[in-house]
Amino acid sequence: MAYAIEMKHIRKAFPGIVANDNITLQVKEGEIHALFGENGAGKSTLMNILFGLYQPDEGEIYVHGEKVKITDPNDANRLGIGMVHQHFMLVDKFTVAENIILGKEPSHLGRLNMAKAVKIARDLSDKYGLDIDPLKKVEDISVGMQQRVEILKTLYRGSNILIFDEPTAVLTPIEIKELIQIMKRLVSEGKSIILITHKLKEIFEACDSVTVIRRGKVIDSMAIADTNPDDLANMMVGRKVNTQINNTAYEPKGKVLDIRDLTVLDSRRVKVVNHLSLSVHGGEILGIAGVDGNGQEELVEAIAGLRKASSGTIEINGQDMTNHKGRKITENGFGYIPEDRQKDGLVLDFTVGENLALQTYYRKPFASSGILHPKVFTQQAKQLIEEFDVRTPSERTLARSLSGGNQQKVIVAREVSRSPQLLVAAQPTRGLDIGAIEFIHGKLLEEKQMGKAVLLVSFELDEVLHLSDRIAVINEGRIIDIVNPKETNENELGLLMAGHKKEAHQA
Amino acid sequence: MSTWFRKINWLTLLIPVISVFLGLLCGAVIMLAGGYNPLLAYGSIIQSIFLQPYYGGETIRAMIPLVLSGLAVAFAFRTGLFNIGVEGQLMAGWLASVACAIELDGLPKVILLPLSIIVGGLVGGLWSFLPGLLKARFKVHEVISTIMMNYIALYSTAYIIKNFLYTEGERTPTIPSSASLASNFLATITQGSRLHWGFIVAIIAVVVMWFLLWRTTMGFELRSVGFSPDASRYAGMNVSRNIILSMTISGVFAGLAGAMEGLGTYQYMSIMSSFSGIGFNGIAVALLGMNTPIGVVLSGALFAGLQTGGLTMQSVAGVPTDLIQVVIALIIFFVGSSYAIKWIWLRMSRKGRKS
Repeated sequence: MAYAIEMKHIRKAFPGIVANDNITLQVKEGEIHALFGENGAGKSTLMNILFGLYQPDEGEIYVHGEKVKITDPNDANRLGIGMVHQHFMLVDKFTVAENIILGKEPSHLGRLNMAKAVKIARDLSDKYGLDIDPLKKVEDISVGMQQRVEILKTLYRGSNILIFDEPTAVLTPIEIKELIQIMKRLVSEGKSIILITHKLKEIFEACDSVTVIRRGKVIDSMAIADTNPDDLANMMVGRKVNTQINNTAYEPKGKVLDIRDLTVLDSRRVKVVNHLSLSVHGGEILGIAGVDGNGQEELVEAIAGLRKASSGTIEINGQDMTNHKGRKITENGFGYIPEDRQKDGLVLDFTVGENLALQTYYRKPFASSGILHPKVFTQQAKQLIEEFDVRTPSERTLARSLSGGNQQKVIVAREVSRSPQLLVAAQPTRGLDIGAIEFIHGKLLEEKQMGKAVLLVSFELDEVLHLSDRIAVINEGRIIDIVNPKETNENELGLLMAGHKKEAHQA
Repeated sequence: MSTWFRKINWLTLLIPVISVFLGLLCGAVIMLAGGYNPLLAYGSIIQSIFLQPYYGGETIRAMIPLVLSGLAVAFAFRTGLFNIGVEGQLMAGWLASVACAIELDGLPKVILLPLSIIVGGLVGGLWSFLPGLLKARFKVHEVISTIMMNYIALYSTAYIIKNFLYTEGERTPTIPSSASLASNFLATITQGSRLHWGFIVAIIAVVVMWFLLWRTTMGFELRSVGFSPDASRYAGMNVSRNIILSMTISGVFAGLAGAMEGLGTYQYMSIMSSFSGIGFNGIAVALLGMNTPIGVVLSGALFAGLQTGGLTMQSVAGVPTDLIQVVIALIIFFVGSSYAIKWIWLRMSRKGRKS
């Protein structure tokens, strides 16, 4: 069997760390091969070597059986290796066709042949079933479509080996399904694909074989048919993990959050939350399911006091908190894990210790009469770092230098340690690896068992289904239905999320 | 990973030192090209500052407003703002302190001197409060508004002096001795330099800046807003209020710098036809001092020393005094290109390890 890509005994060391240690990766012609591992396991380093961005210290690379040396991305392109980056590299103001040909324009005597460019884009799109309009501007199309433009870019450059770097991180569940179909289509047309991921589900839906990497080393490589999710997860993390979320008993108590007839406008004065009513009880996790952009973000911001409600009321712990200042709401027993942890959840250039005190720095015992007590900061930080298993060299390390999972642990530690009655978690596990996800889920369930109310907003249907006691489906700023997770499934939720209430119930 | 970060931190500390060294080195090359002896020139600077009491005293005297304006820039910078209007705030503070001293002549020194200093600081703060307010309320960029405020200060101080406080020599009258920072004792031990008690104010200001930023809840908020307005808002801080506060405090430092010139060095204020340059030098001082209080003191000392000692370069080594401005500019240039220095350093050390 011929290999499309064969990387043998690759070693790459950075000062203080061996990112790739004797890694061998063999990708067969015409297969989808998963490169599976936690964040920081060395997947990206390996792919950057293949794409010519890094030079290996040791090891050899073969493409279609021939030994090659890849010194820069141009070499990689010439060898037919294309990369679909996680962060798109597109010019927003250009059309799809313009973006595709950028850097390799069809021209005649220096004159750009735009008609030809459009035709090329359309032909490629048709051939691989990408269903994209070459004349639309990139800024006007969805994230999923933008990703297809990236795919088309590599195809236009004649790539026959495609690297997908965590492609589903930015996609909705439906877009993920479509992407997997596109990948299968590409493979059936003779391409080979390497899929970098840390999501088990995708591997079993899309891939033919998998190579597991942990701490820079290959743990194992096998056909998908010869393995199962639990084994793979254990291999990735290096210990036994629980991939199945087991929800605990549901014993609801009194209302902690009570939203009545809430309307919120966005910056364009559009009603994004539209006369919405919802309540969350102590001892329950209420999951909000919905397609991105249906008012989840604005709803949560209104609860947190970060966005004005134009009508309606929000009560927390029996007190009216509508349009109060954020700090007052926080002090009334509100904890918040924001969606964008790096932008809104942390001051990246503050130390871990300072970030852990970001909600309490002004209060006793952290400060008195406006004077800080650094010893208390340190003491609290050390205790929380230990209790929440934050992997950091010390409490004086900058939050910026922690991994995503550990950054999220800092936020969770900060919010949960204040023991709020209401905890709002927005996309709490986005982009995290299995170990960190397991930890965060455990903490949310712990809070619930302690009688706290938890509002979970997530685009991961699995997460909502398995963690919630009730699921509220949001569509165009309204709660379209509240369902029992035990009596529903992804299909019904999908229909509800799309706004089809009746059909969903008949289904 | 951790060793990697430790290395960068250590490098960050090294960069100002390398920059100074490279600046002096390039200055030496220019001197050589001009047919001068750089060793003699630099030697004369060191000799005069450290061995001649007059130049030593003048260096410390020049440090006072430089350090204060450096603190002003650094303080604003720590909270994410670029206060380029230190020059104007300094002038406003200068005139205010001098005017206060003259108008309230007759009060005992224990009241008049501190009062004049405080008034200088407050008016400096008022001068930067406006850009802060404009930024917080209407998102007017502080670089634009503070530059404009510089010109308003330049011409309105001239107008006020001409119409209300004018005396012969295009300046205000001399302030009463009950508001003066000057000291016969300091002048005598430095063989007649203009060194005055203002250095105590500067030392206090350095400690205050450190304490405010790192030991108070206010400083915690200011730094937090400076690094990340979004996360600060999510943590319940009032971002607009902090922007105004930060600009105002920065201006107080600048106003104090002006008061030091008015009550200490000159004892009056002249009608200025152009900027004094102290406020702009403050930007360089803050940059080289990496916006830390101690760094500002050290880089302030360096710039003050080069400027004062530079005067002796001409007589001893025949090097034009203006060349010292070139050296200062070169140092700033190298600090500004710190990224390149870091890159070259890392590359060289990596190669060194391989071979």
